[in-house]
Amino acid sequence: MAKFKKDGGRKLPAINTSALPDIVFMLLFFFMVATKMRDREMKIRTQLPQATEVEKLEKKSRLNYIFVGPPLDKAFGTTPRVQLDDAFATVDDIQQYITLQNSKKDEREIPYMTTSLKADKTVKMGIVTDIKQELRKVNALKLSYTASKASED
Amino acid sequence: MGSRRRDIPEINAGSMADIAFLLLVFFLVTTTMDVPNGLQVALPPISEEPPEDSKQKKREVLEVLVNSADQLLVEGSVLTIDKLRQKTMDHLTNEGRNPTLSTTSTKAIVSLKNDRGTSYDMYVQVYNELTAAYNQVRDDYSMQKFGVIYSKLDPTRDEDKIKEVKAKYPKKLSEAEPVSIGG
Repeated sequence: MAKFKKDGGRKLPAINTSALPDIVFMLLFFFMVATKMRDREMKIRTQLPQATEVEKLEKKSRLNYIFVGPPLDKAFGTTPRVQLDDAFATVDDIQQYITLQNSKKDEREIPYMTTSLKADKTVKMGIVTDIKQELRKVNALKLSYTASKASED
Repeated sequence: MGSRRRDIPEINAGSMADIAFLLLVFFLVTTTMDVPNGLQVALPPISEEPPEDSKQKKREVLEVLVNSADQLLVEGSVLTIDKLRQKTMDHLTNEGRNPTLSTTSTKAIVSLKNDRGTSYDMYVQVYNELTAAYNQVRDDYSMQKFGVIYSKLDPTRDEDKIKEVKAKYPKKLSEAEPVSIGG
């Protein structure tokens, strides 16, 4: 009969983990620097169209966001909806929203405020045109069609 | 200083890793990494009076229409999206050679019209091609004139050069007031 080896044989030496916090802190700082806080919960799907001529938007503080797309929750149907901040909205709310957002900013910054329109690929231009008209009415004339960068072939 | 130094006991750093991991996980969960990229558009200010009759000659305007079935009509003929960039560049750099296209680049206009039923994806693609055409002709002109492409010009140092290129190829991309074309 085979005998099991009893405990008390050779023990593995303890692994030195004193450098582990350093490694983890390094990762932590990387993520702190490279990322931004997620500030809103998406209620709609925005699969972005692709474009090659996209430009980076310089200042995040000078952006207002408008989201358009079909709701993620099927209970709200499949027709594209507008989302402002955390809630569903209609096209008519946009004027008020932009005015409110701009009123929080420095007056000198307002001409530089850009509206970042994040719309799903499948959305029809009808709703986008309506949004553009609303933006023109509140004199928010800088608009950016958010698109993901396509590699040029 | 005292001659006798008290030994400072070693601080137990064993739980440091746990704390750091906790912070790391927190940041991983609450952050996003995407940088906002987008096609920049300047909307025209709204005006009360009806648009004045266009004094522009028809040949200065390159008409681009996109219908609700995402089909492209350029100057009255059907075109595929991959030919749009070249067509627009031809229009901008025509300088009066072709009698149907623009007389000079400074007068050339691109007019984009879309239907309410056009998909956003198609619209962005068309807009992208038109923007690409403008960027391309500006790059070419700048390369020929200054030996540097336009997009590489330094906005602080080469202000005059940028102004000159912009004056030569002004971005006149007009979008029609919304109408429903149907189709």
